[in-house]
Amino acid sequence: MAKIRRNDKREMPALNTSSLPDIIFMLLFFFMSVTSMKEVSLKVQFQNPQATELTKLEKKSLVRYIYVGTPTSEYRKQYGAESRIQLDDAFADKKEIGDYIINERSAMKEQDQGLMTVSIKADKETRMGIIADIKQELRRAYALKISYAATQRTSY
Amino acid sequence: MAKKIPQINASSMADISFLLLIFFLVTTSMDVNQGLARRLPAPIPPDQKIEDTDINKRNLMVVKINSMNQLMVQGQLMDVKQLREEAKKFIKNENDDTFYPKLFEEDFGAPFGMIKYTKEHVISVQNDVDTQYQAYLNVQNELVAAYNELRDECARKYFHTAYNELDEDTQKRIQKIYPQKISEAEPKNYGGN
Repeated sequence: MAKIRRNDKREMPALNTSSLPDIIFMLLFFFMSVTSMKEVSLKVQFQNPQATELTKLEKKSLVRYIYVGTPTSEYRKQYGAESRIQLDDAFADKKEIGDYIINERSAMKEQDQGLMTVSIKADKETRMGIIADIKQELRRAYALKISYAATQRTSY
Repeated sequence: MAKKIPQINASSMADISFLLLIFFLVTTSMDVNQGLARRLPAPIPPDQKIEDTDINKRNLMVVKINSMNQLMVQGQLMDVKQLREEAKKFIKNENDDTFYPKLFEEDFGAPFGMIKYTKEHVISVQNDVDTQYQAYLNVQNELVAAYNELRDECARKYFHTAYNELDEDTQKRIQKIYPQKISEAEPKNYGGN
């Protein structure tokens, strides 16, 4: 005679999730290797210009960035829509570039100081006046290795 | 009876790694850092007067960009696409033309031997305050490209490989034959202020 099991609990077998961490770790390592840490929170917006003869910036720790572009919408009321310079996390005047570079350089190891590269990340619509000013300031601060940040152009 | 080893509860492992993953997703950016590498000239000491160095006219190639992003090369209007070829002709001066830079002959050692090259050529880039950054970068890019192509041609001729694949010493020797001489004028204020 068939026995009717009524109160017997029929539990769902536990899902084996032991491989889940492995999968997530794989994703994690993928993202860690293909991305770079965000350097600053940008207060200016810019579109990189295009070029073909590009070289990669080798050592991240030796690179300092100067951003040039129009302030993002949240800052536009305060600063207007003119092109502005951003150093680290704040808007800066061109006269502050020299001090900034010298400070950053003195914080580096002595043998690295000569290898410092300054990457100018400027919007492609920027007028050359402001770039020329930056270049003059960099020359005065003896930061002669520069790189104009650009993206690879595929065609004209 | 063998003692059973208690299983370690690893169910929170996934949570921890998810947390890490999300942290990295938020703090990183995908963009690669690449750009056009250039070297600025050393500053002029304040007590020194700016002298107009005397450069023989044939050794000088003047590239001017105006505020409308138009290009003038040696006094002639030119499209930026033609600049690379023009610069290569100027740097090489294959036919010993009198309107291109003076050729010097020098021994560069094996495997180059005696090579004629334009030792004293200078390419001068002048731009207006209102020139667009992209236009300026296009010009710089074409000039650097001209040098790169010439060096590559040289590498292929003597070593049968691309310039990029040569070791550093050999690259330096080729750089001596085609020294990069792009000069940027001191910015001048044309009126105003």
